[in-house]
Amino acid sequence: MSFAQSWDFTPGVRVVLDDMRQCSREYEWLEEPHVSPDGERVAMVAALPDPALSVAVNGEVWEATFEKVWYPRFSPDGRLTVLAQTDGEWTMVVDGEPWEEQYAYIWGTLFSANGDIIAAPIQQDGKYGLSVNGTPWETLFDNANQVTLSRDGSAAAAVVQVKSPAQADIAAFQEGIFSVAVNGVAWDSIFVNCWAPTFDPAGKNVATTIRRSLYDYSIAVNGKAWTGSYACAWGPVFNPATGAVAAPVRKAGAWGMAIDDAMAWDIRYGQLWHQVFSPDGSKLAAIAAVSFGDFTVVVDNTPWDIVFPVVTDLTPSPVGNRFAALASNHNSDFAILCDGKVWAGRYDMAYPPVWSPDAAHLAVTVEKAGRFTVLVDGKAYPESFDKCFDPAFSPDGSKVLIRAVAGGKYHRIVAPVAAFTG
Amino acid sequence: MKTIADRLIEDVGLRRGVDRLTPEKIQKVFKELVAGECGARMKTYMETCVRCGMCAKACHYYMSHKDPSYTPVAKVSQTMWRLFDADGKVDPKVIYECAQVAYTECNLCRRCIHYCPLGIDTGYIISVVRRLCHKLGVTPQYIQDTAHSHSATMNQMWVKDDEWPDTLQWQEEEAREEFPGLRIPLDVEGADFMYSVIAPEPKFRTQLIYQAAAIFNAAGVSWTMPSTPGWDNSNMAMFTGDSEIMARIERAHYETAQRLRVKRIVMGECGHAFRAVYDVGNRWLGWKWHPVPVVHSVDFFWQLIQEGRIKLTHKYAEPVTIHDPCNIIRGRGLMEKLREVTHFLCENVVEMTPNREHNYCCCAGGGVINCGPPFKNVRIVGNSIKAEQLKATGVHTLVAPCHNCHGGLEDIISKFGLNMHTKFLGDLIYELMEKPEAE
Amino acid sequence: MHALFNLAVGPLAWLAFALFILGSAYRLMAMRALALKKDASFVAYISWPHALKSLAHWITPFGALGWRENPGVTVVTFAFHICLFLVPLFLMGHIALFDAFHGWSWPALPDTVADTLSIVVVAACLYFLWRRIAVPEVRFITRTHDWLVLALVGATFLTGVLAYHRIGDNLFMTTLHILCGEAMLVAIPFTRLSHMLFGFFSRGYIASEFGSVRHAKDW
Ligand code: HEM
Ligand code: HEM
Ligand code: SF4
Ligand code: SF4
Repeated sequence: MSFAQSWDFTPGVRVVLDDMRQCSREYEWLEEPHVSPDGERVAMVAALPDPALSVAVNGEVWEATFEKVWYPRFSPDGRLTVLAQTDGEWTMVVDGEPWEEQYAYIWGTLFSANGDIIAAPIQQDGKYGLSVNGTPWETLFDNANQVTLSRDGSAAAAVVQVKSPAQADIAAFQEGIFSVAVNGVAWDSIFVNCWAPTFDPAGKNVATTIRRSLYDYSIAVNGKAWTGSYACAWGPVFNPATGAVAAPVRKAGAWGMAIDDAMAWDIRYGQLWHQVFSPDGSKLAAIAAVSFGDFTVVVDNTPWDIVFPVVTDLTPSPVGNRFAALASNHNSDFAILCDGKVWAGRYDMAYPPVWSPDAAHLAVTVEKAGRFTVLVDGKAYPESFDKCFDPAFSPDGSKVLIRAVAGGKYHRIVAPVAAFTG
Repeated sequence: MKTIADRLIEDVGLRRGVDRLTPEKIQKVFKELVAGECGARMKTYMETCVRCGMCAKACHYYMSHKDPSYTPVAKVSQTMWRLFDADGKVDPKVIYECAQVAYTECNLCRRCIHYCPLGIDTGYIISVVRRLCHKLGVTPQYIQDTAHSHSATMNQMWVKDDEWPDTLQWQEEEAREEFPGLRIPLDVEGADFMYSVIAPEPKFRTQLIYQAAAIFNAAGVSWTMPSTPGWDNSNMAMFTGDSEIMARIERAHYETAQRLRVKRIVMGECGHAFRAVYDVGNRWLGWKWHPVPVVHSVDFFWQLIQEGRIKLTHKYAEPVTIHDPCNIIRGRGLMEKLREVTHFLCENVVEMTPNREHNYCCCAGGGVINCGPPFKNVRIVGNSIKAEQLKATGVHTLVAPCHNCHGGLEDIISKFGLNMHTKFLGDLIYELMEKPEAE
Repeated sequence: MHALFNLAVGPLAWLAFALFILGSAYRLMAMRALALKKDASFVAYISWPHALKSLAHWITPFGALGWRENPGVTVVTFAFHICLFLVPLFLMGHIALFDAFHGWSWPALPDTVADTLSIVVVAACLYFLWRRIAVPEVRFITRTHDWLVLALVGATFLTGVLAYHRIGDNLFMTTLHILCGEAMLVAIPFTRLSHMLFGFFSRGYIASEFGSVRHAKDW
């Protein structure tokens, strides 16, 4: 949020880039457009005729060129990162400056909430781990995946393979070869599988789904497994206020919610996942199937009374206890759900909901028949575009930043909430 | 009469599994399984089968061996009936036999449903036997290893998170020499479709990714591939009986497509993967239909042809025949589209008989080929009927739009000395299409 | 013997019909409840149009692949099952009993026709018996239960025919026939003969899966 303080929120339409194809150098293609959070810059991967690859920011190609470039992403503080290869070695390039260290491969860039920490999984000499701001973990592993960075960036975790059985040694696998490593240090405990490790907001505690045998699923927190044993379990989350760990668990063919190794929501859902706490930890919501094929949102074990074939993107408000989600009829007829109510419009596609900082408004990018627009509180911006990136609210929540492409031009639009009338 | 007990094959996974069992343990797990997961279907099938033997002729294993212990109902009689008769309290060696029948002598091809007057789904019964064997830890080593891989990497072949995007970028680079502007677009949000493949493609058959990219490039479609896990649409856990891992894989696949906001998933030419995504995974996860629509390559190529997006330089001149893969024909009714695509590509199509929904299985599917070398011969000699069927066409080119079918049919072709080679539709399209940017 | 005959046509007949009808109703309802409880993700696809279309093929001789590939069984089983229903329902002797006890009556088959059809059933049972003994794939899967249900059906029809032709002691034969017939009725909901109750549903279900999910025929 803090970054938005410095963004230009003067209402109006500004064409930032006259031509999305414009480029300071001759090119073969310009692709993978990504827009900076403040909407001031468009970055694209540019293939130059040399042949070489580079990055064009608002049409200006970086000086440096590379053999390969991919994964352009802006950090929350507005720095542009790409993954690039030179002489067969890969590294992270931040605003045109490569990290010193190079790797056999690098992928999947992660950012801390304030953007000061940039991390990415790496492979070096067949060993796996993370590099955090250019410094790789001291210990790398035979495999590391499902990496996660704490909100503040102070800690990174991954599921790591700590033993290397021979190929197809199923017995060794079933004795356990996986653990979770935090900042490169693996837990002492070893499991058959670990999935979806997650941090508490301070990055002090890690919880993960585990499988102790092929049939015994549970949750482990900081390496210590729950006693509860389940037929299946999805990824856990921390309560941001109390530190309690909640995870959907399956028993007797149905799902319920376990919190801190005890059943909290009874086993009665056909599906239960994507659980999230409200920021003050007072409410727990999840996406659930109340009967076969009927999905909804459940807040504190009480389902909303509307069901849809598919529900996704459950998003808690940054303050207060509001929840938004998307629903669809098997990927068409998208609807926006907010606090148990459904907005009137139906769309061919909808993008993740965005709350205003005060939780008073909700914005969603939608697409219908190939035209994009942004909705606020169910009402559309009067114009439609060829493409819209995620909207953002001004710090006071009164204005919305729309970043859109139309007719080959990239527009930066700031509109007061009242301008959404459609 | 001979039974499964007379043809046991040593397998590390099966042996290790049964060595740890007791009749009491088996009974406990069996009773839990029946109480927990078996409902009206199992009850009805167990009770109403009138033992008429009409299903015998459905099964390629029986048609090849003409041995009564290979009929669909005989597979059930040697597994599920035995277990129910003993209320699950059986000697561990019975479980060995059950596992060998269930994993290596039934392809879950569902041909027998066309023969049983009561509509008994033997494939379903056999998959419950597999579920029991999984719960008892008695699974063939090789397929169990793939299930382990799925659980640890979300793909079938232990492909690590870097190897996948690296391979795609490498294929893109290669393809750019032939098609200068070609891209394999990674993680493009809002593309029309996400293209997914099975893990053997990046591992052993990168040419197929190359060809798909070339075809999509020529057709000018909007597509993407994820750079993250969730890219693999194969699912061996479905076949080992590990439903929980099966579902975890499908969740990853569907949620990857949802994250990319694509309109649909287009899957490469694989049958079992289609079954997993289209018919099995969504149900276990609670979705009645597909959270993102699923289109098999045969269907997709058909659409491209309808839209005039594929232009040929010439048609394939030599006569070809068509193998109908169970999982997309009995599993999705793509028989007419498969024919229309093949006729579009080839001058001369010779049908094998029986065909369409009635086609004989390749004998590799249902996870059988994935049980590995110890059981290779089971599926080859178990399908001499297929060899006869192929031979009768008299042609040398066999179109089979499924990975498992390819593997199985190639083995049969070489074992029985049939002078044939198999092709994917993608092979033919790539070979015959106008390559726009080629110089 | 007269006492037994009276018992058989009186209380036992009531009991047999009651067990047959109530038992069948119970089995169907219990199975429906079980399906809804345990097979929700399969019941959800049941589609009557697809089920009926498939059933139409399957109740037509040679209308499905399985029938075409097993012509002998097809001819015999259709003859067997058609007669199995026609004879007891439209037999003069049976209608006469209903008339006598309840005053219900409906048109009957001519006796010679009914007799012939009954002999067809007995012959079909002999054919089934032969298959169970001589055809290896049938022999392999035959268990005691299968002999029993076949014997029960066979005995009912055989004793009926014998009684009609006054072979053996008539009262004894008729009594035996009635007892067999009653046992058979009671057996329908509780043995393999329940395929009469569930067969349409198991076919209809799989036809729905094939029709609505798999877009393929199942015949
Ligand atoms: C409540 C049970 C039943 C009673 C009271 C009953 C009674 C009779 C009687 C009185 C006859 C005539 C015998 C004669 O003419 O001397 C008869 C014949 C026959 N019944 Fe039943 N019956 C019963 C059940 C059944 C059932 C369930 C079947 C078959 C499904 C069956 C099949 C026959 C046959 C095949 C004949 C001989 C017809 C012929 O050869 O023309 N009956 N039954
Ligand atoms: C409408 C209901 C029924 C249907 C659709 C039906 C269907 C079938 C079918 C498809 C078969 C397998 C083919 C064969 O082996 O002949 C069969 C077998 C058989 N049915 Fe039925 N049936 C029905 C009612 C009955 C009834 C009411 C009885 C007797 C009370 C009966 C007795 C038998 C017997 C004994 C066999 C096994 C023959 C053998 O031993 O091979 N069926 N039925
Ligand atoms: S292999 Fe196919 S035909 Fe044979 S029993 Fe299995 S499902 Fe039926
Ligand atoms: S055809 Fe059906 S009823 Fe007959 S033996 Fe096979 S499974 Fe049983």
